[in-house]
Amino acid sequence: MLKRYRNLGLSILVILLGIFAIYLVSGVRPDVMLRSIVTSAFGSIYGLSETLTKAIPLMLCGLGLSLSFRSSVWNIGAEGQLLMGAVGATWIVLYVMPNAPKLVLIPIMFLVGAICGGIWALIPAILKVKFNLNEIIVSLMLNYIAIEFVNYLVYGPWKSPYEWGFPYSTKFPTSAQLPRILDTRIHYPTLILALILAIIIYIILYKSKLGYEIRVIGDNIDAARYAGLDIHRIILLVFLLSGGLAGLAGVGEVAGIHHRLRVASGISSGYGYTAVIVAWLGCLDPLLIILVSFLFGGLLVGGDAIQVSLGLPGATINFINSLILIFVLVQGFSNARIPSIRKRKSER
Amino acid sequence: MLEFKGVFLVMEKILQMKGITKRFGNITANDRIDFELNRGEIHGLLGENGAGKTTLMNILYGLYTPDEGEIYIDDARVDIRSPYDAIRLGISMVHQNFKLIQSHTVVENVALGLKGLSFFYPNRYIEKKIRAFSERYNFRIDPNTPVWQLSAGEKQRVEIIKAFCREARIFILDEPTTMLTPSETKELFRLLKLLKEEGISVILIAHKLDEVMEVCDRVTILRGGKRINTVDIDSIDKDELARMMFGQDIVLEGREEYSVSFDESVVLEVRDLTIFNDKGLPAVKEVSFDIHRGEILGIAGVSGNGQRELIEAITGLRKVVRGSIRILGEDVTNMGAKEILNKRVAHIPEERMRMGIVPSMSLEENIILRSYDKAPFSSGLLLDYSVISEYAKELISKYRISALDEKVPAGTLSGGNIQKLILARELSISPVLIIASHPTQGLDVRSTQQIHELLLRKKEEGCAILLVSEDLQELIDLSDRIAVMFNGTIRGIIDIDRANIEEIGSLMVGV
Repeated sequence: MLKRYRNLGLSILVILLGIFAIYLVSGVRPDVMLRSIVTSAFGSIYGLSETLTKAIPLMLCGLGLSLSFRSSVWNIGAEGQLLMGAVGATWIVLYVMPNAPKLVLIPIMFLVGAICGGIWALIPAILKVKFNLNEIIVSLMLNYIAIEFVNYLVYGPWKSPYEWGFPYSTKFPTSAQLPRILDTRIHYPTLILALILAIIIYIILYKSKLGYEIRVIGDNIDAARYAGLDIHRIILLVFLLSGGLAGLAGVGEVAGIHHRLRVASGISSGYGYTAVIVAWLGCLDPLLIILVSFLFGGLLVGGDAIQVSLGLPGATINFINSLILIFVLVQGFSNARIPSIRKRKSER
Repeated sequence: MLEFKGVFLVMEKILQMKGITKRFGNITANDRIDFELNRGEIHGLLGENGAGKTTLMNILYGLYTPDEGEIYIDDARVDIRSPYDAIRLGISMVHQNFKLIQSHTVVENVALGLKGLSFFYPNRYIEKKIRAFSERYNFRIDPNTPVWQLSAGEKQRVEIIKAFCREARIFILDEPTTMLTPSETKELFRLLKLLKEEGISVILIAHKLDEVMEVCDRVTILRGGKRINTVDIDSIDKDELARMMFGQDIVLEGREEYSVSFDESVVLEVRDLTIFNDKGLPAVKEVSFDIHRGEILGIAGVSGNGQRELIEAITGLRKVVRGSIRILGEDVTNMGAKEILNKRVAHIPEERMRMGIVPSMSLEENIILRSYDKAPFSSGLLLDYSVISEYAKELISKYRISALDEKVPAGTLSGGNIQKLILARELSISPVLIIASHPTQGLDVRSTQQIHELLLRKKEEGCAILLVSEDLQELIDLSDRIAVMFNGTIRGIIDIDRANIEEIGSLMVGV
């Protein structure tokens, strides 16, 4: 366990190294860049509020992915599932019950968003269970389909006649807009939902039958088979939950921030991908994922800030993110391999 | 140089380990152990699981560095930091699980990591060397066979050839006979004795007293991380060795007399069973047998003759192609693992680490692996961990599992305790049928004995037991009848009171 937490510390070191590498290329001094990232993300009320805003979808997606990674099935499709959640919510608001009162409409938006995200996640799960297709590839590819589907909607059938030709859907009525804290963009209902879900997932993982099954499958699928677990049912369930959580994040983005469906890149700045890193750095632990989401929210905010203040390209922060991801993957592999050797020794 | 000195140096000390201490956390695995090895001797290293044998040898092979102590080779102090250092010093280890590359040929495996080969056609030289080696020691091995086609015994020979080609002077063999048939064991011992005559020293990590008595010149006994004694094999008998190993007398005889005793009522009825292996080829062909109440049916046979597939089919882990399986008269053919379990069939799986436990999960969570979804462990969607802990504590003390507490990860237990954990779990479902696959493989004498007692008690309570083992002694000690499997068929079922080893042995190799 200690070793897993060590990864968190080491990846902060990697961020620092990444920043140093950027210095070598761009000439922006590391301390300046670092201060710029930290102060913009955490140094002011505005910065903190933006950081928290961006942390919300990361939390929800990260929590969902952690369930999947725990059971050693690899849902890489949180991005697409988030977008499908956004599509589902938009559909409800604009085309199903535009006149419903707020207290009815918002819960239904979340519910339908979760269902849409869940169904999108079920596609790779069903293909895996039925035909043994690789879920990593299928879920990843489905991201691109979801992205293009959203773009098709906002350029095509759902394009609003009132937005001067922008690729937007019609704006949501106020009954479909999530309340925010003061004049920040923190749509707190989603935040509260994420925090409650973190606790629920913690309970699921460590106190429930399903969590027990997830951990057995994740750690030793042969033992799961031997114990007679219904592995297919559990994998489907895990993907459904995992996609459902990402779907909730999508609802939060359209109902809390944009108040309309926009092009995919406008709704999500890669939250579904960043959440992969968040889940791993959070050691697949629900409570730690909340914390790590906040840090990565800050990194996204800081990334935007250094574009403006230091004139660095937008890819800079992607560069640092990717470094961390590679690092996490390498760690994941070495951690996975070393115990397997130890296991065989302790057999004797 | 050494060749000339010959007989005069028979008693020359090739290796001395002095005051070796190794701690893992609070546990002292090796406590000031002294160990000496002469040139040209076979030196047994005897002790229970957890006595510190493997740790000591891992130190010698450079896998662990000792906390204290010194190692001398040819009277020169050496510092062994890695297996590479060990190999350079002429120390070679033949592991229990062979570390060979399955898809490569024998030659390629031997060549791997060998220094000083010519750039072009390096295999030619090795092939010559292997052929010379097999002629000299009179055993057959085709250098160009891929390793996956070899039997366990042959793989072991490849490991020995590897050691030989590296010009090792000290061979460490870690429980070399676990995977071998009796004839392969005999062959191995013959080879070891020949190597010994050439001045090679062998350290044999062993459990089985018979084997130690047969092949070793001297034996060092470890117990609880300490060296108890080093003795000449001629000056000691088995009982005394056992006393030193365990610090108390244990009975070495099996059951006083071998007799067949069981009820008439059939528990497991297998008829004309045909099962395919993973490659889709028939692994079990038209097999039929019955097991009665209170009967232990032993299945003898070299592994890979269909035993695994047979067991997987009976326990619901593999599809039956033709034929039927009935438990207490009820047709259970092709039911799932959970349904079979619900018929009160206990399954002690072959590879306990791979299948029997979830290593990273706690002992208590492993105890409920097969019953987590039943009352009283779960209610609704949640598990009741206080009930689970209580239950785990109860089983830990009942089955004398030695563990710090019920929260430690199961993977940290020793092999014997893991097996006891599995037995505790499986026997607590009050089974009518127990499927036990290699239940004592790789375990020390005491754990083995405890497991045998448990199985015999269950037999007396009326359980039917299917026991698959490669240990003939075990089969003879426990079984009422022995079925010999060869090439997917049962070559004969022998009542134990009429059994003899030669007959079983020849059935096993298909004569």
